[in-house]
Amino acid sequence: MSDTSKKRIVITGMGIVSPIGHDVETMWQAMLSGKSGAAPTTIFDASTMPTQFSAEVKAFELSQFIQDTQRHALGNRGSQFVVAATAQACQQARIDTGTDAPNDSIDRTRLGVYLGAGEGAIDSDVFFDCIVQAWNAETRSMDWATWARVAFDAMKPWHELEQEPNMPASHVAMFTGARGPTRSCLTACAASTQAVGEAMSILRSGDADVMICGGTHSMIHPLGIMGFNRLTALSTRNDSPTTASRPFSGSRDGFVIGEGAASLVLETLESAQTRGVPVLAELVGYGSTADAFRVTDMHEDARGAIAALRAALRDAKITETDIDYINAHGTSTSENDAIETLAIKGVFGAQAGRIPVSSVKSTMGHLIGAAGAAELIACVMALRDNTLPPTMNLHDADPDLDLDYVPNAPRKVALTTVINESFGFGGQNNVVILKRFEA
Amino acid sequence: MTSPRVVITGVGAVSPLGLTAQDLWDGLINGRSGVGPITAFDPAGFTCKIAGQVPEYKLRDYIPKSSRKAAKLMSRDIELSIIAANEALRHARFNTPGMETPDPVTLEPTRTAIILGAGLISCDLVELAPAVAASVKDGRFDLKQWGLQGIQHVTPLWLLKYLPNMLACHISIIHDIQGPSNTITCAEASGHLAVIEAMQIIQRGSADTALAGGTEAKVNPIVMARQWLINRATSQGNDAPGEACRPFDAKATGSVFGEGSGLLVLESLDTAQARQAPILAEIVGYGQSNCLNTPYESLESDGKGIQIAVSKALAKACLTPDQIDLIIPHGTGVAQDDAAESMALSAVFGACLANIPVLPTKSMLSNTGTAAGALDLIAAVKIMQHGIIPAAVNCTDKSPDCALSIQTQSIEKPIRYALCCSYSYGGQTAAVILKNPQDEARYS
Repeated sequence: MSDTSKKRIVITGMGIVSPIGHDVETMWQAMLSGKSGAAPTTIFDASTMPTQFSAEVKAFELSQFIQDTQRHALGNRGSQFVVAATAQACQQARIDTGTDAPNDSIDRTRLGVYLGAGEGAIDSDVFFDCIVQAWNAETRSMDWATWARVAFDAMKPWHELEQEPNMPASHVAMFTGARGPTRSCLTACAASTQAVGEAMSILRSGDADVMICGGTHSMIHPLGIMGFNRLTALSTRNDSPTTASRPFSGSRDGFVIGEGAASLVLETLESAQTRGVPVLAELVGYGSTADAFRVTDMHEDARGAIAALRAALRDAKITETDIDYINAHGTSTSENDAIETLAIKGVFGAQAGRIPVSSVKSTMGHLIGAAGAAELIACVMALRDNTLPPTMNLHDADPDLDLDYVPNAPRKVALTTVINESFGFGGQNNVVILKRFEA
Repeated sequence: MTSPRVVITGVGAVSPLGLTAQDLWDGLINGRSGVGPITAFDPAGFTCKIAGQVPEYKLRDYIPKSSRKAAKLMSRDIELSIIAANEALRHARFNTPGMETPDPVTLEPTRTAIILGAGLISCDLVELAPAVAASVKDGRFDLKQWGLQGIQHVTPLWLLKYLPNMLACHISIIHDIQGPSNTITCAEASGHLAVIEAMQIIQRGSADTALAGGTEAKVNPIVMARQWLINRATSQGNDAPGEACRPFDAKATGSVFGEGSGLLVLESLDTAQARQAPILAEIVGYGQSNCLNTPYESLESDGKGIQIAVSKALAKACLTPDQIDLIIPHGTGVAQDDAAESMALSAVFGACLANIPVLPTKSMLSNTGTAAGALDLIAAVKIMQHGIIPAAVNCTDKSPDCALSIQTQSIEKPIRYALCCSYSYGGQTAAVILKNPQDEARYS
């Protein structure tokens, strides 16, 4: 393809709302100090669930991030998180927000949005109550007339609309005035890395100059926790939430569910230079594949993950020897961490032992749809400080997992090129490669 | 720098008009409505008791033996997409492992992408009800009981039925598609946005072939209630279902929702020609934008977001407005949104608009959500092939707000360029322009 003429794409703004901080610097310092975001769940009464803890976003108020909250006041948790994260990212990238008359010289028809966004939480009380009232246990059937009578009365229109997964992108567009290409995707835990990768592709194609991208998700609700508990995907270490997320450890027993949003401003280098905004890092590669194996399991030979890594390296026109660090998907599930290790060995061969690999899910928890973008922000910070965030809670070795997982303490190391990996339930694999920016 | 040209070589359509693209065309050309009384559940207490439902099918006719076990994990959205994928890939003359034929596989797994629009898959309340019923204490749902008793009544793999990306996952497993896989969740704009993304994936060289489109099964009590609550569903059409959805008509009272799947096989022109595949259309232009409006569920009155998307599509295709021979609008039957869409098209096309036939399809197909845009593209392909624009129905008394040339008689006319556009509640907009391959000898 037309490799030599590929536009350079850079990151100029970042914002986050996470279980360990509501701004990038706070989150980053928490990661380095190994602070966990996990604690007993407060969003709903989870005291009898198999998993009774989670990494919640704490004490969140949208009004702390933007002045005019009116347009987003009815937004679901995910919509509000991502507006708050976007406010931070746009401030850093000098993009005017919350105004119908922006003065930042960005053509709004060339400002787009691409989010990996989850569905809004269901209105649980109403949802369950309608079923209780309409269910006939004897005939094991629903009396739909009763359901409709109760539901139409109790369901709130805005709450129903806000469950739709496109709504966070709608809020971000409204907040920024974006009139360019706008999409929202949902490929489970790989969604926001995919959103960043596709946003980069849109910029390279010339269809936009600036893209706001990232992800947002909150599945800490009675149906979400139930679903993951039934899949036995969550850690059930209720007696020790803060050490429950232990990626690559021999005693890992599942992931710790988190919530939050991450927003990044991507733009063409030309746009950043014309606008005179500082560049934080350059995005140089993106690879996306499907396992096409099973909906329940990752491919046993890590076929899809390996292909995604190779595609990203090809796209970046670099080789295995150029990689200084891998920010792993590292969920702390038995399967993911083993297959991911296999994938890294498959691609990097003899190099694999040399490349440090860590998972910030050990501190932040697993932000599901928002995970990839949040972790990409950690990668940018790692490049800035030449410091690797640690994999915390890694005390029990798994004999099959023998990479350098940066256990339990941050590490100073010279970084130029780093990889961010995300894999989703069902077999989507997304990899992006970041590079320290050099003009 | 020239991007590869991208063409459509296969289509698959599951709609209220039938289980194939041919059924879709037969229905449209005969002015048949796919809207009828809801049978998926008892709609007695619902204000809107009608929907566009897909005719009965047997899933086992469409999946290989190896997938029968996985069928237990397939929600209806997944099933519909599997049927359409099967047709689209066969139509494009691909052989895949999922087709269980002795012939060699011709779809290259790692060079094929799958990009599908999918909706929020609403859970099956009947399936969930026993778990909820087991969580009742003192007559009310109780979260402690839910954790103690309720959740054990839910099948362990429950969540996997409802993740929107599972449509693409099941199809990728059945047909061995290992390239980029994405699930676009932009409601009714998703079908077009998925096609646009698939096209970009081919143009950037990440795949040679892509299965793209959208699928949604909206005939579900939760979805129906939701659309009524946000004032989009009609409550007037229960006595005459076929006449209920009236895009751009003075008597429009809201949309009628339905279910369907529209999938298209996209290919670079080079690979399509190399394997001598039939070329159905070329995608020559696309545009994407946003409507910015609070309340989010309606368009801004001038349809600015649609206007931008359509203008960008024309610019991309290097076409002037007068070169468009057919417009398939989004036209939902929600009067206010139809008026905004008409305003947007007027702003782009100006005086030309009077000469361009416009065919709203939701009057016959119902509003199939994320499938809608893809089904419209398939309709446009069929119209180009036949050189006939079907008569529009349910627009007997055009709304005074509508400046579109909606034709109530069918028209025989060669179509060189057709424009389809769509928007979501929430505001995302998209437009796609197709070119008739008969217009260019080079293709054959």
